[in-house]
Amino acid sequence: MSRAANIKTLKIDGRDVSARQEETILDVARQNGIFIPRLCELSGLSTVGACRLCLVEVKGTNRLLPACVTRVEESMEVTTNSERLQRYRKSILELLLTERNHICSVCVSNGHCELQTLAQKLDITHVHFPYRYPKAAVDASHDRFVVDHNRCILCTRCVRVCDEIEGAHTWDVMGRGIDALVITDLNQPWGASETCTGCGKCVHVCPTGALSEKGRSVAEMLKRRQFLPYLTLMREDRE
Amino acid sequence: MTPEELEQIAESEREAQKRFTHRVHVCVAAGCLSCQSQPLKDALDKEVAQRGIGERCQVKGVGCMGLCAEGPLVSTSRGTMYKRATPADAGEILDSLEGQEVSRLVCPTDVPFFARQKKIVLENSGVIDPEKIEDYIAADGYRALIRVLTEMTPLEVIDQITKSGLRGRGGAGYPTGLKWSTVSKSVGTKKYVICNADEGDPGAFMDRSVLESDPHRVIEGMLIAAYAVGASEGYIYVRAEYPLAIKRLKTAIRQAERLGLLGSDICSTRFNFRIDLRLGAGAFVCGEETALIASVEGKRGTPRPRPPYPAMEGLFGEPTLINNVETFANVPPIIRNGGEWYARIGTEKSRGTKVFALAGRVQNTGLVEVPMGITLREMVYDIGGGIPDGKEFKAVQTGGPSGGCLPSEFLDMPVDYESLARAGSIMGSGGMIVMDESSCMVDVAKYFMDFCMTESCGKCVPCRVGTYQMHRLLDTITKLSATPKDLALLEELCDLLKNTSLCGLGQSAPNPVVSTLRSFAEEYKAHVEDGKCPAGVCGSAKNEEPA
Repeated sequence: MSRAANIKTLKIDGRDVSARQEETILDVARQNGIFIPRLCELSGLSTVGACRLCLVEVKGTNRLLPACVTRVEESMEVTTNSERLQRYRKSILELLLTERNHICSVCVSNGHCELQTLAQKLDITHVHFPYRYPKAAVDASHDRFVVDHNRCILCTRCVRVCDEIEGAHTWDVMGRGIDALVITDLNQPWGASETCTGCGKCVHVCPTGALSEKGRSVAEMLKRRQFLPYLTLMREDRE
Repeated sequence: MTPEELEQIAESEREAQKRFTHRVHVCVAAGCLSCQSQPLKDALDKEVAQRGIGERCQVKGVGCMGLCAEGPLVSTSRGTMYKRATPADAGEILDSLEGQEVSRLVCPTDVPFFARQKKIVLENSGVIDPEKIEDYIAADGYRALIRVLTEMTPLEVIDQITKSGLRGRGGAGYPTGLKWSTVSKSVGTKKYVICNADEGDPGAFMDRSVLESDPHRVIEGMLIAAYAVGASEGYIYVRAEYPLAIKRLKTAIRQAERLGLLGSDICSTRFNFRIDLRLGAGAFVCGEETALIASVEGKRGTPRPRPPYPAMEGLFGEPTLINNVETFANVPPIIRNGGEWYARIGTEKSRGTKVFALAGRVQNTGLVEVPMGITLREMVYDIGGGIPDGKEFKAVQTGGPSGGCLPSEFLDMPVDYESLARAGSIMGSGGMIVMDESSCMVDVAKYFMDFCMTESCGKCVPCRVGTYQMHRLLDTITKLSATPKDLALLEELCDLLKNTSLCGLGQSAPNPVVSTLRSFAEEYKAHVEDGKCPAGVCGSAKNEEPA
């Protein structure tokens, strides 16, 4: 294949941009400073297209496409922020806020939470769906970390980082639908997990206060993700 | 296996059958087995042995004869069909072979239920012994495979399928020929063929019946598909809730392997194909092709965004052809009779026949195969025999939890992919539930939403939380305590789920609600504004959850 064929040019929100053919719409948007909201995607981890916040409109199809997994195509025309998309994104975020118990004022991640930041950014002032108020558990059995299912949005970043980067695959999802839950090992207490290496990567990729370090008080939990691009880069070099 | 050897097996089987002057067929598919057809067959066997007429009279267990509601069904070589037969009737049934028919058991076969059907997929159901490969071969079985392997190129096979106009019978109606040609053109180190037998719609049992009644037909269809697309390995993903289908498939695969119709160098050509079974563990979403593939790979059965489509990157990242049981079952007759023959049946855009599981408020419930384009009225009143107890028809539900409810103004609409979609429903895999005036459409919508909520895999947010919220709203409405605001929310969620969910389950989950909101708006209104359920179903004690 000729080298020229590897580069695609497309339009995102009316702006002409270029991209390598293996890049996704989200990659290109990010490079060009175009903001597309997302919660499940994280650079350095595989993509799952699960949160549905990064849906964009592409001219020529009436389906909305997730920007995080949709590859660029020549002459594609992408709209990232139409009135319709904004409406859907707000609804999806609201659904997330109603699903479990997201009470920012008593959350370790208050002020550093991706869900909270996004809700503010999308001007969510109230939620117009009824809250669910589930009785979710907190597992503090691990020496250094806590999992609080009340704050979990099931983005599965923890599952992916543990499997793909750390290679331990301690985390996984059990149950289905509204009852789905991230679990350690075969739903044993985290502290009793035989596979967990205690690396803490899951804690730092978690977008909310669902995973946190022990000893952090309200609003104190800062997530440090520098390791992820660094590790990914190192591994790519070695390959 | 050469064509001559196959013909020999067929011939000797036919000879063997000719020796019997009388034949008694007893349905041993799950429907009739559940109403004690096995003791009946045992009683018939015993009676034949006692009378010492085993030489001339054959008692054979066969697949589904269709009228499941009247089981156990028995048919004799004199053309009589008996319904609701019991072991005590064995003697009389045998007497009737040479004398008067047993009038109190007779099930008339000249009624529209049988006369209006056109059997292609079900041509062998109720005729051959599903556990005997020779019986299938005697009924022209594996002849299409031999023809394909010895006389046709893969391209010619795909051409015939394309000409036939066959469309995916799993529900979406994707052109089968196009799918095959895509997979055949895809590049991979290995290709796979998967048969989707994870039939999960409530009230649907077409695939189960086909697998229980004629498993070899599906295997032959898969073999032909594998030859056409260049695959060497196949999987049948069948749900574990179908133990009899699994047992018969296992038997069928073993028999086909023994005759060299599965395995290496099939029919002395260089074509290799083997089939493995994979059992689904009871997740509806695993009928979605990407979730099914994940499940076969041993992963959690959740869907992933497409593209890439399985035709390009499927099982283990290789090009994969996934078709439904009924689609594969259509393949051998298409090859035997030619694509043009098949294309003459049905309508312009929906060719051929479709198997439906007719259920609900009709006289005759069971399995039927009809040409595409038949009207819903014919389905309900001719084949179904109308609504029992003098009740009024209200709606027919097609497509299961992904489909919609069609009211009486659609009764004269032809049953094909396009018409159903226009009317706000889908063809689906073939479940057809008829409802009369005693059903409340809000309650029906709630039932299907409950199904979608519990079957949602939980991967994407709109489906996971949206189905929960929709179910909650419908629950409020059926408790007669909803406000007009709740109705507006419900409509908003319908739109959200349809447009933003990851896979077909979430995208189509609102369909039962959307279609009932459209056709039965006044019923929703009565619940919300007047606090009344016109059908008298909702608000009663049975809907009240204990506090």
